[in-house]
Amino acid sequence: MPKPAVLPPHTTHAEPKIGGRGPKPPASVGLGGDDWKNNPPGRRGPRERLKRFRVALGLVLISVFVLFIGLTSAYVVRQGGGTLDTTTGVFTRDWKPIAVPQILWLNTLLLLLSSATIEFARRQVFREPMVTEEWLGLGTPTRRASLPWLGLTLVLGFGFLVGQFVAWQQLNAQGIFMATNPSSSFFFILTGAHALHLLGGIIVLTWAALASVLSRPLESRQIATDCGAWYWHAMGVLWLYIFALLLFVK
Amino acid sequence: MGTANNSAPRGDHPPNAAKSLPRWMGHESSFSFSAHHRVIARQYFLLSLAAVLIGIVLSLLMRLHIVWPELRIPFFGQIKPEQYLAYMTMHGTLMVFFVLSVAPQNAFGNLVLPEQIGARAMAFPRLNMFSFWTTLLAFMVMVSALFVAGGGSMSGWTQYPPLSAITSAGSGQGRGTDLWIVSIAIFCVASLMSAVNFITTVLRGRVEGMSLMRMPLTVWSWFVTAMLTLLSFSVLLAAALLLFSDRHWGTSFYLPAGLVVNGAAVAGHSGGSPLLWQHLFWFFGHPEVYIAILPGMGVTSHMLSTFSRKPVYGYRGMVYSLLAIGVLGFMVWGHHMFVAGISPYAVLAFSTLTMVIAVPSSVKVINWLGTLRGGRIRFSVPLLFSVGFVSLFITGGLSGPILAQPAVDMYLHDTYFVVAHFHMIMGMAAVFAIFAATYFWFPLLFPDRMMNETLGRAHFWLTFIGAYATFMPMHFLGLAGNPRQYSQIAGSAKYLQKLLPVHMFITISAFVLAAAQFIFIYNLMHSAARGKFSGANPWEATTLEWEIDHGQKLTVHHDPYVFGPREDSRRDYTMQSEPPYTYKS
Ligand code: HEM
Ligand SMILES: [Cu+2]
Repeated sequence: MPKPAVLPPHTTHAEPKIGGRGPKPPASVGLGGDDWKNNPPGRRGPRERLKRFRVALGLVLISVFVLFIGLTSAYVVRQGGGTLDTTTGVFTRDWKPIAVPQILWLNTLLLLLSSATIEFARRQVFREPMVTEEWLGLGTPTRRASLPWLGLTLVLGFGFLVGQFVAWQQLNAQGIFMATNPSSSFFFILTGAHALHLLGGIIVLTWAALASVLSRPLESRQIATDCGAWYWHAMGVLWLYIFALLLFVK
Repeated sequence: MGTANNSAPRGDHPPNAAKSLPRWMGHESSFSFSAHHRVIARQYFLLSLAAVLIGIVLSLLMRLHIVWPELRIPFFGQIKPEQYLAYMTMHGTLMVFFVLSVAPQNAFGNLVLPEQIGARAMAFPRLNMFSFWTTLLAFMVMVSALFVAGGGSMSGWTQYPPLSAITSAGSGQGRGTDLWIVSIAIFCVASLMSAVNFITTVLRGRVEGMSLMRMPLTVWSWFVTAMLTLLSFSVLLAAALLLFSDRHWGTSFYLPAGLVVNGAAVAGHSGGSPLLWQHLFWFFGHPEVYIAILPGMGVTSHMLSTFSRKPVYGYRGMVYSLLAIGVLGFMVWGHHMFVAGISPYAVLAFSTLTMVIAVPSSVKVINWLGTLRGGRIRFSVPLLFSVGFVSLFITGGLSGPILAQPAVDMYLHDTYFVVAHFHMIMGMAAVFAIFAATYFWFPLLFPDRMMNETLGRAHFWLTFIGAYATFMPMHFLGLAGNPRQYSQIAGSAKYLQKLLPVHMFITISAFVLAAAQFIFIYNLMHSAARGKFSGANPWEATTLEWEIDHGQKLTVHHDPYVFGPREDSRRDYTMQSEPPYTYKS
């Protein structure tokens, strides 16, 4: 389906002698060959930016998960570590499992709840009647609908972090520190790294909330809330993974 | 459109200038915060240029020390053995991270990729800017290690524990190694951000008609490199975190019990394993060497096709072999650990898989030669450097399967044979690709200027001969048993004395090689200011970065490398965006 309109009249179009697989009409997505994709970026249709951010978010999550996979493999390897007494030939492992503080169950609950609340917030910013209303300039209902959920999520998220901090304090009170045992080292490293990543999520969600308060354009709010929410879910899943590792692989 | 390309009146701004930037993107100057991909590309380029210059000076100091340990360098003094080790570490780190992971991917990728796929901008321009400034921060932290008390880290770019994990192990093992770890951690974050940006740009930014199998091979290689970066740098980050923890928080991830360092027993650690670091490091490290070389492969394919005026021979084979190398690259890290004490079964597996990589690598070489064969070759400077790349890739590649034999590697590991191998295939080959890219895309890097051809040729021949003269003899040193990472050849070790003449030859060659780079630097500076004007498509290439951007709609109708006579004009090439031909049957 060549587009005659763009052909200069004086040219004859011949198949090149060598090379290539010959001309192929572009794959059209829209109606009648009118496709957004030949526009400069930023003008390629309604969900272009959102999709772009979602792809990037997926990639960020891949790298985050790879980080924790790396730590996990170190965890598994280190469990077999120990000292070989060369005089007796006896190998003693030095991994002594620690009792996971009970408060982690509560923290897990908080995080799961916050996953639910952020999902509500995420759905609110895409709800069609409200979005249409905003689009027509009749007010900002998505803002009012999503803000409370965002706020609740932030509260729960902070609750989780405080809970983690309490767990660390409890371990310290029992005399268990970073260097006490490889199992405690991994406990602090894994939970600490997760807490840092969750903090990143809190920053994104704070931005999403701020964007609402500051009445940023709907699209920006959608992106911040949507990507923040997916990131938040992923941090929940990551936490479940770490918690399972600490509970069952000791 | 493409036809407009040759006849379009050239308004008052030159066609390849970074168009007057939107306000939020900042300025065009190389020394300002800008989100424009071409400006960022130039910044990355200058950053790696600074890194390579420091790296070269350090390598020359090392070479001087090897042959004349007593030498007093004016204004500098005598090089001490621990300084040698610090220079070696800084040299390797600067070259691997700040040159070979920055210039091919971030400088030229940024310069060309968004335009070659018609995206015209990276997916996240501000993130891109942030990646650059973070990389610059990492660079400054790294270089600052040379100036702190105790000097730079001494444990090599691979930072093997236990020595890297013990702050008392040497003068550079305190502050210097801390700075190394912090710098690399920052670098990891910057690289991850940039990888996310590249992949998103390729996945979401392509214009209408630019299907995956119509992407130029450069784009493919940047794409695969970004994926390797994404999957490997996180592991390095994890490893560095644990190393830092061992050094400062008293943990024992890498430190076993009973260590005695500098005559003193190391207390407080037990049960850790230095092998754990080696596994984590090389799980990153081997993909990293492909991060260094894959963009060079893409560039080489691109040049060979453009300058032999022929389509790439076996485009699909090139894409699939690229992907195969990327995947296999994650399964061979153990070939760095044959003598480290891993299970013989693992050794067997790693050895076999390593040799399997030779297959896609050979596919590439054969396709490069096939691209050249029967072409109407234009002997431009970029072509020369690309052919040089192929040559060095073959030379360096042949020692790979040799080192992949565990029995042979017992002997050759940690000798100069390895130094020869990685300098040929990673160091020199990748650098040749950077040179080819610089000469080729110079009009985009420094708007509308061309580099001087004559100087370019002189630069090529001296560099080519210098590279072989410097690194080829290192094979023989290795076969003769000369260990690497040794500062003393002339002084203490008697059995190495007879190798001194070879070292002398290498040092002289290294100086020739380094001197040749002055031609390049001069050419670069001169041409940036006063080079010949390039016009819109100086190399008569087919890809979209040579398209003049009027912000118009753009559609891709052709494969990337369509060369061959046209009936409608004297041209022998068809740009990707040109209107389709109607079949004449
Ligand atoms: C003028 C050119 C160069 C010269 C004369 C040179 C020389 C050297 C020397 C003498 C060593 C120390 C070898 C040892 O004692 O084990 C070394 C190590 C190294 N070089 Fe180069 N080099 C050059 C360019 C490069 C380039 C372009 C790269 C980029 C990949 C590179 C990467 C490395 C690496 C990775 C090491 C190992 C450092 C370590 O073991 O930690 N070199 N080089
Ligand atoms: Cu390797």
